[in-house]
Amino acid sequence: MATLEIDRVRKTFGSLDVLKEVSIAIGDGDFLVLLGPSGCGKSTLLNMIAGLESITGGEIRIAGEVINDLPPKDRDIAMVFQSYALYPTMTVRQNIEFGMKIRRVPAAERARATAAAAEMLQMGHLLDRRPSQLSGGQRQRVAMGRAIVRQPRLFLFDEPLSNLDAKLRVDMRTEIKRLHQRLGTTIVYVTHDQIEAMTLATRIAVMRDGVVEQFGPPQEVYDRPANTYVGRFVGSPAMNIVPTRLEAGAAGAEAVVTLPGGEARIGAIPLSAGTLERCRGRDVLMGIRPEHFAPGRGITVDVDVVEPTGPDTLAIFTLGGVEVTARLEPFAASAGRKLDLAIKTDKVVLFDPGTETRLD
Amino acid sequence: MAAERSSASARRARLVGRAFIYGTLVLLALLYLMPLWVMVVTSLKSLDEVYAGSFIGLPRALTLEAWEKAWATACIGTECGGLRPYFVNSILMTVPAVVISTAIGAMNGYILTKWRFRGANLIFGLMLFACFLPFQAVILPMAQVLGRLGLAGTIAGLVFVHSVYGITFTTLFFRNYFVTIPDELTKAAQIDGAGFFRIFFAIMLPAALPIVVVSSIWQFTQIWNDFLFGVSFTSGASSPVTVALNNIVNVTMGRKQYNVDMAAAMIAAVPTLVVYVVAGRYFVRGLTAGAVKG
Ligand SMILES: Nc1ncnc2c1ncn2[C@@H]1O[C@H](COP(=O)(O)OP(=O)(O)OP(=O)(O)O)[C@@H](O)[C@H]1O
Ligand SMILES: [Mg+2]
Repeated sequence: MATLEIDRVRKTFGSLDVLKEVSIAIGDGDFLVLLGPSGCGKSTLLNMIAGLESITGGEIRIAGEVINDLPPKDRDIAMVFQSYALYPTMTVRQNIEFGMKIRRVPAAERARATAAAAEMLQMGHLLDRRPSQLSGGQRQRVAMGRAIVRQPRLFLFDEPLSNLDAKLRVDMRTEIKRLHQRLGTTIVYVTHDQIEAMTLATRIAVMRDGVVEQFGPPQEVYDRPANTYVGRFVGSPAMNIVPTRLEAGAAGAEAVVTLPGGEARIGAIPLSAGTLERCRGRDVLMGIRPEHFAPGRGITVDVDVVEPTGPDTLAIFTLGGVEVTARLEPFAASAGRKLDLAIKTDKVVLFDPGTETRLD
Repeated sequence: MAAERSSASARRARLVGRAFIYGTLVLLALLYLMPLWVMVVTSLKSLDEVYAGSFIGLPRALTLEAWEKAWATACIGTECGGLRPYFVNSILMTVPAVVISTAIGAMNGYILTKWRFRGANLIFGLMLFACFLPFQAVILPMAQVLGRLGLAGTIAGLVFVHSVYGITFTTLFFRNYFVTIPDELTKAAQIDGAGFFRIFFAIMLPAALPIVVVSSIWQFTQIWNDFLFGVSFTSGASSPVTVALNNIVNVTMGRKQYNVDMAAAMIAAVPTLVVYVVAGRYFVRGLTAGAVKG
């Protein structure tokens, strides 16, 4: 168990800047999720923590110790890969014991550690099979078992669930969370799935093009996205970003949105007096999560499409000239009808239209 | 009635078609096997019978005389010890050359795919280029190299030549196989603490068994059947069996001993046949197999 500090870390491949001054610090026992679209440099960063890629600039420290120049085996880490990376000609048992053999762990100790891991992951009956005789979920378990017996200071996961079908992915997600609760080891976990990130993390780092756009606890990232990119990337359906004008009203900050039939005022948006003064009368972007609409007095919209999902219904309409999604109770809306909606204004966030960063 | 008749005629047409197809196949197969038949029956006849009768007929008196002579007493140059010593030469040449070229090819393929370095692709490209280099182009420079190394005219020299020439092919085999094995496997092993050689011997090589078989068979047949390098770089007692066979067959004095020639040719061909029969199915499997999943 250990803290992890990533300090102004850079990575270049030739002339290609893959990571630009990434800084992240997490505490002992934290579950850090690196979240971002394909090609943003998540795996590269993870491989640098593991020692599989060199570090172009900056420092990585585990438990306060700079590990830039340590080979992977001396970093006291374990890693689970997307393709599981099980050794194809070895049985499950040999796969799990391979690392211990190299470290010259005595046979009795190896057997004990393997048995313990097999019990924790319920794969005792698989120990004498080869990887080709296992299902995807079972391979995933073995890969985790191989990591667990190492008893590392730090677990690294690179998209471990992306090769599984939807049902199994949810099950294994729970399993990983349970594992974290049980072992309490610090984890760094790479994914491009925002639901995985939200459900697992104690800290999320949202990445884009080699830059960390926001780093914080999941609820904070969800409620107060640092910019429109994070707002759109985290949450499903994505946060609605609506062009509006900022006015000062009786209730403080008010946003004025254009509706097909005219304009509407949405009041009591939390905003500091200074920002309100500075941006008054100017155009801003308003971020509203789909669940922050509810039937009630406020704005009147023409519902365009209705998508029932079971627990709730998504209503799609035009607001401020852009398409907006609201998450409502089943049967709360029907296509082609008018609908009165209230907005939970205390949940609304505003963004600067130029930089697209959040206004406080 | 009409329907019955038409179905009967359809069946007849199909039958005729079948007969035609199989007839042609059998005919072509017989044609193809004719030389082998001639070789086998001729080798089992005495020389007098060969000259008296036809080539194709069965021997009247079955005799292994020609085989014994080809193996143990036929004269090659001034030596009259048959093919046996040259057959041994060929084994002494082929086995080490197959092992060396396959081993180096496996290592090359491993490095070119799992430990990529600047210029790896260029080096691989140059190696591919060497695959297409004709034998004739390397003979003169190779003779000079062998002379400098003091290996001219020796079996060790032939082992060297075949190993070097074979590396291009074996590297191609192994590179194309290892490229299908996910790089994450190497990474996982590195984190487990395995180094360069342990990853190779404990993980890559066992996973590459099918391609080891392919590479070995390919190299074995190439090297065993080679004539040009053998005749260029050796002479007399250190020749491989292919060169000795040529010398038996090309004796110009006296009656041509067809029965001995045929037996000798078959003796020289037996090892490659055996290799194919024993390992042939692994060959096809290895060529079509991708890396093991998981
Ligand atoms: N060895 C390399 N040489 C050159 N460029 C590389 C190398 N490895 C990665 N890259 C580039 O670095 C960028 C980040 O790659 P990385 O694998 O870290 O992305 P990722 O965020 O993990 O994406 P994914 O979700 O698809 O796995 C990509 O643009 C990729 O093309
Ligand atoms: Mg990746």
